[in-house]
Amino acid sequence: MPDFPDTRPVAVETHGIEKSFGDGAAKLLVLKQVSLTVCKGEILMLVGPSGCGKTTLLSIIGGTLRPDCGEVTAFGQPLHRMRSSELTRFRAGHIGFIFQQFNLIPTISCAENVAVPLLIAGVRSSVAIRKARETLGLVGLADRAKDRPGFLSGGQQQRVAIARALVHEPPMVICDEPTAALDASNGEIVMNLLAGVARSGDRAVMVVTHDNRIFSYADRIARMDDGRIIEVRDAAAGHGRHFLHELPH
Amino acid sequence: MFRLAIQMLFGDIAKYLMLVVGLFFATFLIVQQASVFCGLMRWTTSTLRNVPAPIWVVEEQVEQVNETNPLRDTDVGRVRSVSGVAWAMPLYSGIQRVRLDDGSFKTVQLIGIDAASLAGAPPRMLEGNLESLRLPNTVVIDELATARLSPVKGGRLKIGDQFEINDIEARVVGICDADRSFTGGPYVWTIYERALQYSPPQRKMLSAVIAGPVAGVEPLEAAREIQRVTGLRAYVTGKSGGDDENFAWSTIWWYVRNTGIPISFGTTVIVGFIVGVAIACQTFYAFVLDNLRYLGALKAMGMSTWRLSAMLMVQALTVGCIGFGLGLFATAGFARAALENKQPPFFMPAVVPAGAFAVIIIICFLAAMLGIWRIARYEPAMVFRA
Ligand SMILES: Nc1ncnc2c1ncn2[C@@H]1O[C@H](COP(=O)(O)OP(=O)(O)OP(=O)(O)O)[C@@H](O)[C@H]1O
Ligand SMILES: [Mg+2]
Repeated sequence: MPDFPDTRPVAVETHGIEKSFGDGAAKLLVLKQVSLTVCKGEILMLVGPSGCGKTTLLSIIGGTLRPDCGEVTAFGQPLHRMRSSELTRFRAGHIGFIFQQFNLIPTISCAENVAVPLLIAGVRSSVAIRKARETLGLVGLADRAKDRPGFLSGGQQQRVAIARALVHEPPMVICDEPTAALDASNGEIVMNLLAGVARSGDRAVMVVTHDNRIFSYADRIARMDDGRIIEVRDAAAGHGRHFLHELPH
Repeated sequence: MFRLAIQMLFGDIAKYLMLVVGLFFATFLIVQQASVFCGLMRWTTSTLRNVPAPIWVVEEQVEQVNETNPLRDTDVGRVRSVSGVAWAMPLYSGIQRVRLDDGSFKTVQLIGIDAASLAGAPPRMLEGNLESLRLPNTVVIDELATARLSPVKGGRLKIGDQFEINDIEARVVGICDADRSFTGGPYVWTIYERALQYSPPQRKMLSAVIAGPVAGVEPLEAAREIQRVTGLRAYVTGKSGGDDENFAWSTIWWYVRNTGIPISFGTTVIVGFIVGVAIACQTFYAFVLDNLRYLGALKAMGMSTWRLSAMLMVQALTVGCIGFGLGLFATAGFARAALENKQPPFFMPAVVPAGAFAVIIIICFLAAMLGIWRIARYEPAMVFRA
């Protein structure tokens, strides 16, 4: 059964995913039969207590981790069957990453940081830098292109990271705690940018967060506990709050 | 991509300098010590360059040029009569003592050559006349001797000056350029008969017979024939002949086998290698660990392990080339001082820097492999757990 209410096209779909870490007695089942759909053009937030498996699920959807069993289909491609080199190529072409700690390379300029995904895709350096500057303009940091990330505030750095996640126009952006290191107003700026990204570009944006200040930006909120999705709530601002219960298969 | 690699490298100034300094020292130790070793080995064969002759005939057991085991006087004639031999001349070579005016003694390498042909005369005369050697009690000395045998400190012997070898007068009639001997003493040439007078008498005094082949016969061919007919040992000089037929190589191998010289220099070279490996590998690994977050993020963003490996290789090889360049530059400075001083021995055949470069590249390769091993094990999902 589809786990989403409307007719939006599907970006990523997972079915019966399991993932465990460790061996033998120390084996820890982290994801238990997780099924979830992420749609194009929406912001899906994944919330839940610490250690419940949010990051693990996000990693699997983003193609950085493989499930033990179950299926992940992203943009028509079966990630669970890909070899690791194919997954690498998939990530390069389809996923923009935003990390809690930004992970901008400190020894190169902001523009060069933003250009990295293009360089990975094999774009010529001069072309990549030009595109990177344009994208920095979209997040309001055109004038900081030449600075190193260390000279920018946390909020500005996360905006650079957003530019980096968007520069190669991936159909999906995944974010793990993008606002955790930011104050409220910077968090809002970042979320406004991400909301714009999702709506204008028809992109899927998946956000793992603890930060209840930003829940209002979600189109849907999936709540996890102990390795399961316990509910998916349609939370689109202004659409009223009707809850959609979803049970694991 | 490689620009990114280089920028990451230069961005971490402390580690970058540490790497360069480590590789610099490794290069310097290896190249400098290997060159001094080669220089020392070259000194062992100086007599062969100072006393030029295509063929050296010596006593059967002799393996190196600084060792003399005298022949019978009749052996000159025996060598001369071998077919393929154009000429054969007697040669005296021995270490003798010169007494200076202040009563101190200096050792010299005394060379006695045939008076008529002057075969074995120094190849480069600087002053004076070689033919004057035929006058009574005359010698030709090398440049080192002009200072070493001077009666006054800091002075120099000139043509016409005199000194005594074993209490017999020697008058300088020529000054020549010569390579320094292994024992450090200067070279003094005189004619064969007078060399025998200068030396304490012994039953046999002929150190060697130097010879040349007739036109159209290779020295090696003639030497083999001499050896076959006379039973003496005949070596060639220059570049021809195997290690046991070429006197220079035979001499060098003798020193390699019979002295601790290669071991002591080899040890330093190995220390250089170990210093390089230790500093480069440990610093580079620390560099990779420091950057693991960013390298991991690159991996998550879809950079293949191959390209990451190539980046690490570029970084390691870059510091390798810079360290090597600086090390070679420093060695060149050392070499200039050594060559001006004629001390310590220094000789850098192309194989030394080439070999050192290979060693540095190997060190960098090892260091890069260590980093590659680390980054290959890094799961891209780890990037969310920093
Ligand atoms: N590589 C790993 N090896 C072993 N255990 C792991 C690994 N990755 C995650 N885990 C474990 O899996 C569980 C779920 O981790 P996960 O990071 O997905 O939780 P989370 O919901 O993101 O928590 P948080 O909100 O604290 O970030 C945790 O108990 C964690 O210790
Ligand atoms: Mg997490």
